[in-house]
Amino acid sequence: MKSSRIILITLEIVTPLLLILAYALWAGPRGDFFFPSLDKILSTFWHDWLGGLVATDIVPSLYRTLAGFALAAVLAIALGIVLGLSRRARIATAPLVEFFRALPPPALLPLTILVLGVGDTAKIMLIALVCVFPILLNTIAGVAGLDPTLRDTARVYHISRADVLFRIIIPAALPAIFAGLRTSLSLAVIMMVISEFVAATNGIGFSIWQAKRLFDIPSMWAGIILLGIVGYTLNMILVGIESIVLRWHRGARAAAR
Amino acid sequence: MLRVESLSKSFGPVTAIGDITAEFPEGKFTCIVGPSGCGKTTLLKCLAGLLTPSGGQVLLDNEKVVKPPRKMALVFQDYSRSLFPWMTVRDNVAFPLRGRKSMHDAAKSQTVEKALRSVGLADAMDRYPWQLSGGMQQRTSIARAIAYQPQILLMDEPFASVDAQTRADLEDLMLAIKRDYGMTIVFVTHDIDESVYLGDRIVVLGSSPTTVKEVLEVGLSESRDQVSTKAHPEFLRLRGHVFNEIMHRTPTA
Repeated sequence: MKSSRIILITLEIVTPLLLILAYALWAGPRGDFFFPSLDKILSTFWHDWLGGLVATDIVPSLYRTLAGFALAAVLAIALGIVLGLSRRARIATAPLVEFFRALPPPALLPLTILVLGVGDTAKIMLIALVCVFPILLNTIAGVAGLDPTLRDTARVYHISRADVLFRIIIPAALPAIFAGLRTSLSLAVIMMVISEFVAATNGIGFSIWQAKRLFDIPSMWAGIILLGIVGYTLNMILVGIESIVLRWHRGARAAAR
Repeated sequence: MLRVESLSKSFGPVTAIGDITAEFPEGKFTCIVGPSGCGKTTLLKCLAGLLTPSGGQVLLDNEKVVKPPRKMALVFQDYSRSLFPWMTVRDNVAFPLRGRKSMHDAAKSQTVEKALRSVGLADAMDRYPWQLSGGMQQRTSIARAIAYQPQILLMDEPFASVDAQTRADLEDLMLAIKRDYGMTIVFVTHDIDESVYLGDRIVVLGSSPTTVKEVLEVGLSESRDQVSTKAHPEFLRLRGHVFNEIMHRTPTA
């Protein structure tokens, strides 16, 4: 058990290192303009991204991503609980929800630029708009899918309405809500980058686009690597929160197996 | 006193209960036994006020039951779906008492701990339901029902999904609870031995359309034992009698 865990962790670390090594060996002797050598990319990464660009570009990007995501989470969970509880409201709004869900998120970008402009607010609104739907749909499913036996238990024992909502319905829906949050978080990063490509004066996406226009290829690669790291870290944080909040759920699922 | 009068229940074109009239006297342990699919659970849900009957009525102290009465607790068959997995055993048992304003917090936790001790879960209070065996989970829901301090305890095939030995332990637990708390117990089961072993009275149901075939008084002493009671001539007579009733044979006794 313990030794297999060590093997798994080793695999997780060694595989990416091998891939990076493979790139270094492949790109180094080629001298290709578009695929610069590893040490060039890394030194750019080190000087640019871990230096001056943290405040001017990383912070604004993170702010947009997280503000949009948080706004979406609050709205979608609140609305999802209402829709999950009422079958009629669910049926009435289903076509609308399905339509917006089916829309490719970047299609909304021209609209938000026209209506809301290119400032931070517009970017946050766009990110929030796109992030709402996965969380909303998962919350609806989680709330509507409450086990009828739990519902009957609450009725038999005269549990108050507030306790039913906050201590039964919401905890029962949390695993589904977290699944929605994970999907939306990666969408938030995608929308942050796209919105910064099109209209921005700072941000990680803007920097990558700028580097491309100036043919500063190592800088472009460094930005792409940074985005990967940002996305990975944000997801790890969310998964960490989930594993604390849903400790009971992991345990219950493991016990059922 | 709990009564049902010419109760019927249909789900669309399907008739679950034809016509049932029965009484559940105060302080007695009444078992409802019948073939599977005869509408036992439906009957119990009507008694609990969870289902509205299609015809007839359920009366508790001469008042019509239209929603779950405050005096009743219900233990479900499926303990794993009736306990809250995000609450510890203690919190699960305490949860129904949260809204009870007439009780102080100290009195509440005392009640909860007493209920858990009486079902033998004194050492598992701070564990989660999914960390426990099936039998211990069902003990938790029994403790929850006891701590609620009902006058009437309804149980829907509560031991149908535990192994035979756990089942015997839980049956003896029910006899102890009846002795210590003196509440009215209505116990639904498909197991004939269980109904005779536990009951003061047995309501035998027949299927399609579901009606009461017979009500039997169990002439066994109050103190019962898995080995000697189950070998007692009266136990064997009743067991055979109920068996023949349910299997549509001519009663021999």
